[in-house]
Amino acid sequence: MAPTATDTEFMTYFQAVRLALKEELERDPTVFLMGEDIRFSIFGPTKDLHLEVEPERVLDTPITESAFVGAAVGAALTGMRPVVEIMFADFITVCMDQIINQAAKSRFMTGGQVKVPLVIRAPGGFMSSSAAQHSQSLEALFMHVPGLKICLPATPADAKGLLKSAIRDDDPVLVFEHKALYFSSDEVPLDPEFTVPLGKAAVRREGDDVTVFAVSGMVSSAVSAGDALARDGIEAEVIDARSLIPLDKDTLLSSVRKTGRLVTVEEGCLTGGVGAEIVALVTSEAWDSLKCPPVRVAAKDQPIPFSPVLEAACAPSSRSIQDAVRSCLDG
Amino acid sequence: MRDYPQDKLLELYRTMYTIRRFEETVSEMAAGGLIPGFMIHLYVGQEAVATGVCAALRQDDFIVSTHRGHGHLIAKGGRIDLMMAELMGKEAGYCRGRGGSMHITSFELGSLGANGIVGAGLAIAPGAALSAKLRGTDQVTACFFGDGASNQGTFHEGLNLAATWCLPVVFVCENNGYGFSTPRSCHQSVSSIAERASAYDIPGETIDGDDVLAVLEATERSVERARKGDGPSLVEATTHRWHGHFEDDDDDYRSEEEKEACTESCPICRFEEACVERGNDASALERVREEVEAEVEKARAFAEECPEPKPEDDASMIFAGGDA
Ligand SMILES: Cc1ncc(C[n+]2csc(CCOP(=O)(O)OP(=O)(O)O)c2C)c(N)n1
Ligand SMILES: [Mg+2]
Repeated sequence: MAPTATDTEFMTYFQAVRLALKEELERDPTVFLMGEDIRFSIFGPTKDLHLEVEPERVLDTPITESAFVGAAVGAALTGMRPVVEIMFADFITVCMDQIINQAAKSRFMTGGQVKVPLVIRAPGGFMSSSAAQHSQSLEALFMHVPGLKICLPATPADAKGLLKSAIRDDDPVLVFEHKALYFSSDEVPLDPEFTVPLGKAAVRREGDDVTVFAVSGMVSSAVSAGDALARDGIEAEVIDARSLIPLDKDTLLSSVRKTGRLVTVEEGCLTGGVGAEIVALVTSEAWDSLKCPPVRVAAKDQPIPFSPVLEAACAPSSRSIQDAVRSCLDG
Repeated sequence: MRDYPQDKLLELYRTMYTIRRFEETVSEMAAGGLIPGFMIHLYVGQEAVATGVCAALRQDDFIVSTHRGHGHLIAKGGRIDLMMAELMGKEAGYCRGRGGSMHITSFELGSLGANGIVGAGLAIAPGAALSAKLRGTDQVTACFFGDGASNQGTFHEGLNLAATWCLPVVFVCENNGYGFSTPRSCHQSVSSIAERASAYDIPGETIDGDDVLAVLEATERSVERARKGDGPSLVEATTHRWHGHFEDDDDDYRSEEEKEACTESCPICRFEEACVERGNDASALERVREEVEAEVEKARAFAEECPEPKPEDDASMIFAGGDA
């Protein structure tokens, strides 16, 4: 029996990614997948997926990020909807030209002649001593490149819904998944038409005292910080960014207008980060509502260290979010 | 057959056996949760390549390593106690606990870095060789990389650059038949990687990478050529990866038979036989094994006991000028 609009199933984030990919492969014959070892699939979303659809639509590539992302641009320009995987978000640096100079600009440079319906999935974030070249959250780099859309699912349902929107979108979309979230579980809608629109944030916890704008893996830390703060009578409103480009300014600004305080939280490093852009936006558009200077919580401005002790000191946490909120309220 | 002094043979044997026992110990410790991280790429089965290559190098020559780099560093003279400390993330480690398995290195020993980015070293090696040329030294750079890495643009760009500028690089491809889960037949169309040398008009040869003397002799030829100023060459050493791609890998893309077959070409057993054939008595080998066992145990005990690094020291390692 086909699932109804309200059926859900408890599944992991990686299974939700898989469901989105499978549904879109079945729905649209122009969708196909490429990436290194995706049939084996280190984190699971595409494991043996070639056995469930036409095998030529789930392609293991050689280790050659520049060539397969470039090939995805070429395919997108000529009628296909490629979905490529960069095994760790850190490796995206190897194919920067194809993303920044080719995918992002092809439409504008040609006076709007073409569209580039391309999705790049890339897992980022801290996870158990993965060290400097396998831990980064590079989303802020791409916010600086007009022509790219960026989303970061923080829940299994969003892992499905945002990815489906990205695949159906006519522009290049970077979907930064999170390594440490792949094995988290929650209810996921089974409806093949379930999508989560790009550019729509979600309020994960309501509160009147402070707005906490959180990205990706930091959403759950922000919610747990909110729960801890509530025991001291501080009510934080936690916003899950979901998309950075396009950004849901309305949800953000109306929350700040209500609370008068802003804390941003991300796993990327502080300088030039997502928080910098969000704070700039809020101070220019909601200056009069602010009761105190906004505070940014982020990873330290340094390469991510290997040792677990150092890694923990470098990463933001529920604790550092609580401290930031308290410093806002005390200030 | 070239003659080797007995102590030279024993030295090669010691290096290979040290790599083997170090890696097996790391594997055990990783399984017991004693090594942080889930991406620990071990060198078991490939010992003859690093050992043969580094034995052909001078101490002041450079190597460029990979994600599978423990063996390279040991062969270049790495101290296994400091290596074990690094793998455990301790302050006494070669990278003060900041790098771990994938970034383990010692510049003092001429290792320009293990690397988490497949193919990155193929562009770095020509730079080190250019530097030697500009500084007027005759240092050679040996660049290790895998069959999978030979598909990155940097392989082609690096070989072309080194060939065009006649740089002293020995490109050493460790062909273990796989890039992670992908067998060579699915990731490249050529049957021999060495053949690609002809595209850059440099010598290329394929050798048995599980035969340490074959590796040593081929590398010596390439090093001599490079040192004379005749430019780079490509050595493809065929070998076998005994463990999974990394220690957490189920390795279910290879059949049990295939995995067992890997061990038939054990570079260490083969060299033991060669040593005996060449007149070494088995008890000398036995003595080396005992010494290595004790050294590995000591390294482990040292690493377990030494202190954790301090977060406040990180800042001094970001910029050369110290705290920013
Ligand atoms: C640029 C980049 N792409 C992908 C990876 C993930 N990765 C790490 S090792 C590896 C396979 C490398 O194969 P090969 O070069 O043959 O070396 P081997 O592991 O066999 O020693 C892959 C795909 C990476 N670390 N860097
Ligand atoms: Mg390989």
